[in-house]
Amino acid sequence: MDDEKVVLGEGEQEFLAPEDAQTYEDALLQHDLEEDLAADQFAQRSDGAMPEAAEDIETVSMWRDTLRRLRRDKLAVASAILLLAVIVISALAPLIAPHDPYTVVLTDRLKPPFTPGHLFGTDQLGRDVLSRLIYGGRISVTIGVAAVLVALAFGIVIGLLAGYYKGFVDTVSIFGLNVLNAFPYILLAIAIIAALGPGLTNAMIAISIVGIPYYARIVRGQVFSLRERDFIQAERALGASDWRIITRHILPNCISPIIVAATLDVGWMIVMAAGLSFLGLGAQPPTAEWGVILSDGQQYIQNAPYISLLAGMMIFIVVLCLNFLGDGLRDALDPNLKN
Amino acid sequence: MLKYIGKRLLGLIPVLLGVSILVFLIMQLTPGDPALIMLGPKATATELATIRHQLGLDLPIWQQYLRWITNIFRGDWGYSIHYKQPVLDLILQRFGATMLLTAAAMIIATVFGVLAGVVSATRQYSFADRFMMTASLVGFCLPVFWLGLILQLFFGIRLGWLPVSDMHSPGVTALGDTLLHLILPAFTLAIASMATIARMTRSSMLEVTRQDFIRTAKAKGVSKHNIAYKHALRNSLIPVITVVGSQFGYLLSGEVLLEVVFNWPGLGSLMVSGILYRDFPLVQGTILFVATVYVLVSLGVDLLYAAFDPRITY
Repeated sequence: MDDEKVVLGEGEQEFLAPEDAQTYEDALLQHDLEEDLAADQFAQRSDGAMPEAAEDIETVSMWRDTLRRLRRDKLAVASAILLLAVIVISALAPLIAPHDPYTVVLTDRLKPPFTPGHLFGTDQLGRDVLSRLIYGGRISVTIGVAAVLVALAFGIVIGLLAGYYKGFVDTVSIFGLNVLNAFPYILLAIAIIAALGPGLTNAMIAISIVGIPYYARIVRGQVFSLRERDFIQAERALGASDWRIITRHILPNCISPIIVAATLDVGWMIVMAAGLSFLGLGAQPPTAEWGVILSDGQQYIQNAPYISLLAGMMIFIVVLCLNFLGDGLRDALDPNLKN
Repeated sequence: MLKYIGKRLLGLIPVLLGVSILVFLIMQLTPGDPALIMLGPKATATELATIRHQLGLDLPIWQQYLRWITNIFRGDWGYSIHYKQPVLDLILQRFGATMLLTAAAMIIATVFGVLAGVVSATRQYSFADRFMMTASLVGFCLPVFWLGLILQLFFGIRLGWLPVSDMHSPGVTALGDTLLHLILPAFTLAIASMATIARMTRSSMLEVTRQDFIRTAKAKGVSKHNIAYKHALRNSLIPVITVVGSQFGYLLSGEVLLEVVFNWPGLGSLMVSGILYRDFPLVQGTILFVATVYVLVSLGVDLLYAAFDPRITY
């Protein structure tokens, strides 16, 4: 047996010095591999009775590693930049939009794109389409993110309780989730809107509720696989409270799948919210929201197809970018999954 | 197997019970007094009291539920305020159109999805594979109502090849006419599922291809074609069946949107108009009906999956 390896302790890996590696990239890859191999052991060690400081160091380096792997995924990086641009433009809408999105100018109705002063043309009421799309991004993106956060919050709580306490709590939660899952997703949203009445806020509440089972299931599954692991048993043997075990050990270990799921889900929430507006059940005209703009434009599809096409294009681009970013994050957070 | 089917059917009862309670409660939350909606603002207090008593609105809530669910089993699903017809009649009239569109989309998605997946898997990393996988990601992300509009615009309005709305041309009842009207909505609806099925077929087939029995077949000198279609494809279809089944819910959801885009006379557009007209008995009935169909189909898919995969024992 190689003498050097005997000296190394259990769980430690031989490092390839950067100068020995052919390229820096190779060295990084080698480093990644070592870390992936060591990750499990590290997680178990740091989640045991190690001092707090050790946990913090590990947390930081995990995120740094993820970010470094993500940076190599060109598609994910491009998507992230594009999404950032959408967010910045939406946030600065009053500064960037060339016109007010609600000002009706009847003399300027249905001007085609590239009309001077109206890059994307005007709609049936002479409102500037570009400005409406920019303001629309504010509502659509906010709805998507907010709906995911609300669904996530409830999903995490339900999933943690069901997974950790099992028994009656789990049976009741699973029954509730099964009932919610018995509806095709938009049907459930429609049912909730039927009760609350059409509108932007109610549509957001509806899609949040629709999203809950998805997160609850992910978290529950993670908790199930974690709760019998040795480091949790050790913590329990040391007399840690349920609250401490759940918040300090189980929850942090659920984070990766949740981040990936949430990233992908923001896009679907935006589509669902726009779809509900399209049906007349979400945001109502004249609100500048992508679904409303698309639905308004549908009546003028023959003469002015650009209104609906551009609004749909915005939704499509954001969803596509979120998918690329979500896939990139999944690979970056857990390189073992990459096929 | 029979025992398994029985067990699954029994498991269905609490879920359907939960669904019915949820639908009932949701409609209880709706603002506005159903009696007032039915009679209009000019109704007198006595008239309102009479109709409330007739509708059972003066009973405790659990009695109202029992009354409602008993009526459902008797075939009395309430009376649509807007259409002035029994709700169940309306649902059954429209159910055919919804199922026709869903089934057509399901067939298109499965046939083309599996085909694309096989082409991708047998030529991994080729141009065709890359193209197909990129296209499937794009297809997966296309909002269905937007895609519907684009196809309407292109094939209907610009090229004038296909009708863009309704299920029949006015006054025509021929099957060919309906099929022509079906093409655009069915393809639009199918795209996202097609993409998912293509990806699943590809990865499943690639996984099977790595297994020992494929290597054995190669060693025996079985032709490439026979390995791909007789050995690999058949064995990779098992997970594909589950995915195809799981698409049913997505198709029903997309359907609600597309029925509005293409003015298709199905349950989705019925439900949406029910909400906009505040026709709650109609909304309640339609939601209960679609959810029940969905639960039953999901069960059917699970059973089919069990029947196809001999490795699953009960």
